Amino acid sequence: MAGTSPAMTNEKLIPNEPRITPELVAEHGLKPDEYQRVLDLIGREPTLTELGIFSAMWNEHCSYKSSKVHLRTLPTQGPWVIQGPGENAGVIDIGDGLACVFKMESHNHPSYIEPYQGAATGVGGILRDVFTMGARPIACLNALSFGAPSHPKTRHLVSGVVAGIGGYGNSFGVPTVGGSVRFHSRYDGNCLVNAMAVGLAEKDKIFYAAASGVGMPIVYLGSKTGRDGIHGASMASAEFGEDAEAKRPTVQVGDPFSEKLLLEACLDIMRKGCVIAIQDMGAAGLTCSAVEMGAKGDLGVTLDLDKVPCREERMSAYEMMLSESQERMLMVLKPEKEKEAEAIFRKWGLDFAVVGETTPGKRFIVRHGGDVMADLPIKELGDQAPEYKRPFVTAPKPEEIKAESVIPPMGIAEALEKLVATPDLCSKRWVWEQYDHIILGNTVQRPGGDAAVLRVENGPKGLALTTDVTPRYCEADSFEGGKQAVAECWRNLTAVGAKPLAVTDNLNFGNPERPEIMGQFVGCIRGIAEACRALDFPVVSGNVSLYNETNGRAILPTPSIGGVGLLDDFTKSASLAFKRGGEAILLVGETTGWLGQSVYLRELCGREEGAPPPVDLVEERENGDFVRALILDGVATAAHDLSDGGLLVALAEMAMASGIGAVLTEAPGDIPAHAHWFGEDQARYLITVPAAKADLVLGRARAAAVPVWRIGVTGGDALTLAGERPMLVKILRERFEGWLPVYMAGELP
Amino acid sequence: MNAAVLVFPGINRERDMARTLQLMSGRAPAMVWHADTMLPAGTDLVVIPGGFSYGDYLRCGAIAARSPVMDAVRDFAAKGGLVLGVCNGFQILCEAGLLPGVLMRNQNLRFICREVYLRVERSDTPFTRGYNAGQVIRVPVAHGEGNYIADSETIARLEGEGRVIFRYCSPDGMIDLNWNHNGAINAIAGIVNERGNVLGMMPHPENHVEAAIGPTDGRGLFAGLAEVLKKAA
Repeated sequence: MAGTSPAMTNEKLIPNEPRITPELVAEHGLKPDEYQRVLDLIGREPTLTELGIFSAMWNEHCSYKSSKVHLRTLPTQGPWVIQGPGENAGVIDIGDGLACVFKMESHNHPSYIEPYQGAATGVGGILRDVFTMGARPIACLNALSFGAPSHPKTRHLVSGVVAGIGGYGNSFGVPTVGGSVRFHSRYDGNCLVNAMAVGLAEKDKIFYAAASGVGMPIVYLGSKTGRDGIHGASMASAEFGEDAEAKRPTVQVGDPFSEKLLLEACLDIMRKGCVIAIQDMGAAGLTCSAVEMGAKGDLGVTLDLDKVPCREERMSAYEMMLSESQERMLMVLKPEKEKEAEAIFRKWGLDFAVVGETTPGKRFIVRHGGDVMADLPIKELGDQAPEYKRPFVTAPKPEEIKAESVIPPMGIAEALEKLVATPDLCSKRWVWEQYDHIILGNTVQRPGGDAAVLRVENGPKGLALTTDVTPRYCEADSFEGGKQAVAECWRNLTAVGAKPLAVTDNLNFGNPERPEIMGQFVGCIRGIAEACRALDFPVVSGNVSLYNETNGRAILPTPSIGGVGLLDDFTKSASLAFKRGGEAILLVGETTGWLGQSVYLRELCGREEGAPPPVDLVEERENGDFVRALILDGVATAAHDLSDGGLLVALAEMAMASGIGAVLTEAPGDIPAHAHWFGEDQARYLITVPAAKADLVLGRARAAAVPVWRIGVTGGDALTLAGERPMLVKILRERFEGWLPVYMAGELP
Repeated sequence: MNAAVLVFPGINRERDMARTLQLMSGRAPAMVWHADTMLPAGTDLVVIPGGFSYGDYLRCGAIAARSPVMDAVRDFAAKGGLVLGVCNGFQILCEAGLLPGVLMRNQNLRFICREVYLRVERSDTPFTRGYNAGQVIRVPVAHGEGNYIADSETIARLEGEGRVIFRYCSPDGMIDLNWNHNGAINAIAGIVNERGNVLGMMPHPENHVEAAIGPTDGRGLFAGLAEVLKKAA
């Protein structure tokens, strides 16, 4: 295991360093074969600092070593894509010289350990990824997964995570406008916090991370470096064992006030033409940003840690390289602009320090106190880190569950009233009222709808934003589940009238060294890729979070999809609330009564079984385009896409949002009633149109070969169905709004 | 209207406020940095917008209240100039001694962003002449510390002198606990000083002025101010 030759440089060996033992290597998350790769690469034993650097750059979170080979199969291009995956965030062209910059990222492991700060710094990190590209953030969303409500930690996690997201976003000053929250026992030991940020920039004023030019100053910007978060990235690349609590020092601590100052200062220096390249310091802090900037630009980087602003005394090189202190950026500066840039940072009260320079040789060299602490090949650390093609097995597809085989445990009305109060379907108002969702004055559609809608600057354009995924579908059939996640996002955007443009994906899975987990990952990616291709909905950014397991029990496969769509005129967007009585309710799309993997089957029959509903991408496109045209023509007065809970839940959602009921025609007799009302067939929407226009719309549908049925009329104070007692909107609303606040107040088991 | 909007580090609703002032008065306001010691010549309205000035460190508004620019604001107010503080701005005015009382943490200890109903108690102030007395308006709140508290003597004086200008209420104007989201004493949402030229309020009227985005009940406040200042000019 010992190296075979002395140190590469002719500087003196570093005294007083701990011996590199197999235990120390393992603690750093490096497997024996990976360590051997280090030895082969540098021809000697690494210093402690170098070991830390490899640990950071080659861990799963930073290197994507288990996922890269599969991520390459995703479609990432399109006529409106300016920058695909590989940069801090993705960039799409939204016309009129504007670009939308966005990405979703995970902060799962830290949030489980320290929910407030874990979630807060997740938001902070993703905001930086967006503004480091020169975009002013305009919105945040998030996708949250928590354990079963009965699990002792769940309330604590929900409370902390939501407070943390709100605490950071509200203070920073960006509206948090949407997201999703789900509960399932498979997240008992591993919650998921996926944070998405969206920003706007001028499309020819985007800043990238690749350094260019030899001898350029490398500048440290922002808050001082402390001892927080060391090994945060390595912690996120491993499962939790019994000792999860002891990992608290690995959680970073955020300060949104500093980040707001950092945002303004960065946008200022960008405007003044000071920046050649810029990258935020996130996972693995100074190490990752410096290595990536050099590696991407095919340049070397030399750092002098004596110049790094610290808020703790006597920090070691190891600590400075691995600290994940927040609110810091690294940039390559135009040398002639140094004084101007520094003055801007002083005005905003932030640190500005020249800590290194770009070099011609492709080495990453770190000096501290006169010693060379690290001297490593930069490409192999960065974009040429190890890549694995891990073995995988695909789970057999479950049997389809026939509707006739499911005995309804209760009547339709009782079933609906129960379902709207289940954890996954209930109102999440308790969550989103803790987020300032109106700051900046551009929120056209607030949380609670199919997608958030924002006005772009002073209009007329609008952006639609959503996050979605159905993990139980992915667990049952990863390919169909991956397809469905993308299709549902696409539907959410369509249902508000937007043209879906692009995707950011946050892929959350268990331990990739287990072939069945790797199989889930590969299957979901295949499904996502197929749907993105078929729907012209490319992936422009994303994040992978693996090792979401505790004591061998993995989360449900959860590939969160974040979608962005465009409206040419934000005033034409549609919302799901019924608008008035007397309007025709039309159902777009085929209903076969698919109960497999449905919320109905799980919550009311206690069965998590069956194949998930299949996704026909051609139908998705045809049905969606038909609905969108009706919205933009002003014919559809309300629109909603169908998902969890099926048709009757979707109708209830439209009624509860408005206070207006509906009189529904009887279900066609060809399938059992409960399957008709609660089945989760895909590619379906509900729209309302003025009664006088219904026939016209049905005619248009026939001509377009899109299946559309008139299923009722709006009005009254209840959902009325022949043969059932009326389902009063007031009662539905009480149940819908009541579950989560009562649960969080600790009054339910 | 020659408005000056104060910008402290961490204030984050200055753009919302500037946009609304421009929309309602036809003129862009001056954005005044906290380190400035003077207000622009001819300023006739000072607005302190919402946010988390100085990160809400120490206490909300405590550090901002001691900024150089606040001396100029105090002089301006002493000479009868109109001052409007919204949310963090209200907190800053209390910390600066321009208004009595203090804003404490919401009673449920959480940040709340939602639409509330306010009863406009008086229409004979420069800030509320755009409304009728007793009118109920719908405006959003977005705060974690909006729970107005003062000692009983101060409350008695505020009430006795008719200096409570806005109160949280039900959609039909009734004051009750269910419609007081933060627990403020007497459902107090906004007050004026003795002279009536300095108003602090927790809700955000500046976010409800555009029909394309949402309700427009906030317009009355700014329309009223614009009219007062036009007459005075």
